[in-house]
Amino acid sequence: MSTPLSDVAPASTEFLAAVAARQLVGKHRVFAGVGLPTLAVDLARRTVNPDVELVYESGICGAQPEGLAEGIADSVLVSGAAAVLSMPALFGYVLQRGHVDVGFLGAAQVDRWGSLNTSFIGDWDKPTVRLPGAGGAAEIMPNAGECVVVLRRHDPGALPAELDFCTSPSPVRAHQEDPRMVPPGHGVSTVITPMAVLRRPDKLGELEISEVHPGLTVDDVRAATGWDIPVAEDVRETDRPTVEEVRLLRDEIDTVRLYLR
Amino acid sequence: MATPDKVTDLTSAVAAHVRDGMTVALEGFGHLIPFAAGHEIIRQGRRDLTFCRMTPDLLADQMIAAGCVSKLVASFFASGSAGSLHEVRRRVENADPKPLEVEEYSHYGMVCRYQAGASGLPFFPLRSYAGSDLPKLNPLIRKVADPYGGPDIYVVPPLRPDVTILHAQRADRSGNVQMWGIVGAQQEAAYAAETVIVTVEEIVEEDVVRSDPNRTVLPSHAVTAVVECPGGAHPSYTQGHYDRDNAFYREWTPISRDREAVLGWLEEWVHGVPDREAYLDKLGAERWAGLGVAPRPSQPVDFGRRRVAAQEAS
Repeated sequence: MSTPLSDVAPASTEFLAAVAARQLVGKHRVFAGVGLPTLAVDLARRTVNPDVELVYESGICGAQPEGLAEGIADSVLVSGAAAVLSMPALFGYVLQRGHVDVGFLGAAQVDRWGSLNTSFIGDWDKPTVRLPGAGGAAEIMPNAGECVVVLRRHDPGALPAELDFCTSPSPVRAHQEDPRMVPPGHGVSTVITPMAVLRRPDKLGELEISEVHPGLTVDDVRAATGWDIPVAEDVRETDRPTVEEVRLLRDEIDTVRLYLR
Repeated sequence: MATPDKVTDLTSAVAAHVRDGMTVALEGFGHLIPFAAGHEIIRQGRRDLTFCRMTPDLLADQMIAAGCVSKLVASFFASGSAGSLHEVRRRVENADPKPLEVEEYSHYGMVCRYQAGASGLPFFPLRSYAGSDLPKLNPLIRKVADPYGGPDIYVVPPLRPDVTILHAQRADRSGNVQMWGIVGAQQEAAYAAETVIVTVEEIVEEDVVRSDPNRTVLPSHAVTAVVECPGGAHPSYTQGHYDRDNAFYREWTPISRDREAVLGWLEEWVHGVPDREAYLDKLGAERWAGLGVAPRPSQPVDFGRRRVAAQEAS
């Protein structure tokens, strides 16, 4: 008997969160952010990976929240956690020493190498939009085993040929600066967008179209991307979320639709 | 020799230690944000401060709008889950009503700056920034050769605030400060500073502190002044005391969009009240009760003691 699939729209937060949760199969330790990643890690713990250890940049390791966290420093993440570390220990020992397998990141812009802009739209001197800046992303990118980016848009503005500013660089850019400075992490391995799943199989390579969401074509995805993006040989349609995954997201994880939109 | 009593009130502590033009750090990573102290700085009309905070939070929006701050040293420029800090954005995007100087790092960059300051080191290395535009934006992020033959590495300079201000659960009168939950980079930010002011939910007997010395984040030698200030972190939270006022954070976003509304809010909620007690009264018992938390106490640990000393004590 096959598992019933949901017909929720591919651009919906339910769809994106379910796709993001599946990236955590077999991963041990995840650096979770706020927003969609909060939903993804919670869903993964209830489905594909009950043992995944949640680490937050606020210093929390092994969180077992009794409710939905509103932010990475929410008290609900602290109560019942395995440990709360100082920030020098969290960033220095846990992250920089290489204990994190997957980091979830958001961005305003992602380029073909998986470098991220979270700082400025427009000129740095007089930006059109002042974005939140680096936060911990500039540390997660080089030091996590790999990074998964969830984007809420798929258009040439969010996936441009060139970033307005590079906040968190791909290993490709580190390599360009100095081959000896290439960090231990893979950088961005996966970008989940409302249209597709893009993957970057080689640490020093480019993103390619790996999965296309139901109802869309490879050409739709290429047309919405700001550079001539290659297509993976084994490109396929993205698996839809199951009815059960959508039910968990709506009825158990985010009942107030804090992050589901 | 008796240990000096460092307990004072917030008005006196700010008046004595925070002066125009100083570099001031108000730390607390989403937790224990010293809002009451920030509001007292606004009330006393301090100007030209270099304001250091990893995550400026809406406290920065308030202090900048109030005209206290000429420079912001930080690593994240949004308000957690609740969106943009519009006062910061108006300054940076449109110099409205005037420009704001910004010195920008990543989170670990700021942590390393505090560590260098706290340890008396000339700089601190970290494995971030290779390939990033951040060193071009901020020339204080520099690259050095590894004297042991490894690859070049980026370093950040020490951050040495004139004053660091923190909030915590409790302290004794001599200034031994205990906190739990998210402790962020508070210890580093305090040891990096010349002067340290700590507001606490409660002043406790020395015996309480000494029953659990591992919980002490700052020994009294690192603390200049202690202020009893219940509710001093609202609208952020104090673990085990009261939760974050998430509704307030959401309400701030529309206020923040309109500079006149921000100034009106400051007039009513900062200048319009003499102290935190009055602020909490104004907030109302019902809203405060809504932020209450259910107990989840830790299991006590046993530090043990010498048998002879135990016999003498009994």
